[in-house]
Amino acid sequence: MAGPRLDLVRSGCRHRTDELEIGDGQRHDRCDARRRRRGPAKPGVTSLYRVDQPPRHRRSVLLEQLGEFGLDNYLWLTEDPLYLNAYVSSVVIAAISTLLALLVGYPIAYGMARAPAALRPILLMLVILPFWTSFLIRVYAWIGILKPEGLLNQLLLGLGLIDVPLVILNTHSAIFIGIVYSYLPFMVLPLYSSLEKMDHSLIEAAQDLGCRPAGAFWKITFPLSLPGVIAGSMLVFIPAVGEFVIPDLLGGSQTLMIGKTLWNEFFANRDWPVSSAVAVILLLLLIVPIMFFQSAQARAREEGR
Amino acid sequence: MNSLGSIRRVFAPWNDPAAKPYIVFERVTKTFGGFTAVNDLSLVIYEREFFALLGASGCGKTTLLRMLAGFEEPTSGRILLDGQDMRGIPPYRRPANMMFQSYALFPHMTVEQNIAFGLRQEGLPKPEIEARVADMLKLVKLGQFARRKPHQLSGGQRQRVALARSVAKRPKVLLLDEPLGALDRKLREETQFELMDLQQELGLTFVIVTHDQEEAMTMADRIAVMDKGKVMQVATPAEIYEAPASRFIADFVGSVNMFEGTVERSDEDGASIAGNDGFSIRTSNTGGAARGSSVAFAIRPEKIRVSSKPPEQTAFNAVAGEIYDIAYLGDMTVYHVKLPSGQVVKASALNAARITNDPLTWQDRAWISFDPDAGIVLTS
Repeated sequence: MAGPRLDLVRSGCRHRTDELEIGDGQRHDRCDARRRRRGPAKPGVTSLYRVDQPPRHRRSVLLEQLGEFGLDNYLWLTEDPLYLNAYVSSVVIAAISTLLALLVGYPIAYGMARAPAALRPILLMLVILPFWTSFLIRVYAWIGILKPEGLLNQLLLGLGLIDVPLVILNTHSAIFIGIVYSYLPFMVLPLYSSLEKMDHSLIEAAQDLGCRPAGAFWKITFPLSLPGVIAGSMLVFIPAVGEFVIPDLLGGSQTLMIGKTLWNEFFANRDWPVSSAVAVILLLLLIVPIMFFQSAQARAREEGR
Repeated sequence: MNSLGSIRRVFAPWNDPAAKPYIVFERVTKTFGGFTAVNDLSLVIYEREFFALLGASGCGKTTLLRMLAGFEEPTSGRILLDGQDMRGIPPYRRPANMMFQSYALFPHMTVEQNIAFGLRQEGLPKPEIEARVADMLKLVKLGQFARRKPHQLSGGQRQRVALARSVAKRPKVLLLDEPLGALDRKLREETQFELMDLQQELGLTFVIVTHDQEEAMTMADRIAVMDKGKVMQVATPAEIYEAPASRFIADFVGSVNMFEGTVERSDEDGASIAGNDGFSIRTSNTGGAARGSSVAFAIRPEKIRVSSKPPEQTAFNAVAGEIYDIAYLGDMTVYHVKLPSGQVVKASALNAARITNDPLTWQDRAWISFDPDAGIVLTS
């Protein structure tokens, strides 16, 4: 069997362990622990990609490996708290970012929907405009803004609002800022479309029936914009859970997010079986909100006259 | 209906100098940018009156209603409701409720919740709200639809929900903005009578905005005809129709024939007018026109007779022409008679008998004639 070769692949794991600059230390001995547990290396899904097998054997190897299809790698995910922590932390970060994006995006969308009709296309253009620059460049730009000697700190120091530079880069705050900034248009656009088509006479009717403007907002405008709130939140939440670039560039090393873990498993650890399992679980995790989103959309379509 | 009719005839506070006006527009002007929607308008409406604002679109009638509801503030002038100046009072504190042209039903609420909305805002106790909603549902005959959403209702049902919602709070004044515009003709006619009954039953003051003169004539105690932000005439439907104040009103309300001419004689017995169409008119009312002034003699089509034979006398109020067009409407036939001058006169004849003994057809020579009291002299 392909024993020795697999060992070579696995050895990448040891390599990475040395290079990793992990603060908590719990990952240092992971590779060894994993190998001990599994005993002699078993062929994983990775060996499918090996091209040095004689052609006549390939089919039988494939079948053999399919026969060995098991849940070992999934079980492994439950044994190491790293993965659970990464999933939970990703969902929490994505949820907080979504909430922040909603809080920032709703007033923007509301303002756009209430703006004079002639102004609206321009405002819409301004929301879409950032897409004309590469996503990566925009995230890099935030490093320049948020770093200790960056634009934001210089501005605040210059205004005399703070004495010591704020530490924002490489914290969760930087991730929130990055995600909210990057995904804001995905929040604003569905909100705008649901607010814009709302009949203003509904608000007048509510006021006419004795409702103050703030009450009319919560009783009429907000419930009617819920399809937009749900659509926007899903469009932010789903990609934010698997986000890799923003936590990598802005979040620093101590941020644990599943996108980063996945990247490490694939490219640093080269442990494709485990990383495949991580990806499948992530997919399952996201299918739930996606289905929720779909059914909400279907319901909104049904109710729309 | 008969008993209601008799009540309506008796009800005429506008003729009673002691009656206290309920809604007063005092020199109200409203401009939007450079456009004057309402121009120095004064108007008085009495309690329990069914008042119609009638006019073509853009005449300022809806703006007037929205100012009363509090959605717009007058640029100048003031509005009094039950003696209270309404300036600066927001819509949610005014004792007037509005029924919107689009109905503006809350799509995410059931019929019940829609009707209860205003009552909830008042903070009424729950049992009371439920009782009043049930009353309203009964009033508009929508009991079995209580738990439906607006999009599950027909246009007529939605209209009733909107009505129930706006009267549920028992406002002092109900404002109706083209309330029947979205309904088909038959439903509209039914609903007109229902609205009248409702107004009698609840004893409310109704102010309705409409561009449909038939609707205004059917329902209103008085009609204000508006044009270009001004009130042209305020009067009962019969007065508006039979005694229009100007050529504009005569033309706007109903169908009319107008003969321009010069007054030859004017005294207490009436007036003689030399019509520009080459026939002379004698009328029992002068409209205050002085001798020598040029006036219009307005006469409604149903007050003109058409016959193939000449009338008893042809010296005045009679002229021969040619049948130019015939519109058979079932209950009546409208003849268009072309006079030698080229003017086309509309005359309608009630089809009282199934088969007429004086059949007129296209290109026939026909006489039109009318009585001295059938028309009115208009100076403006």
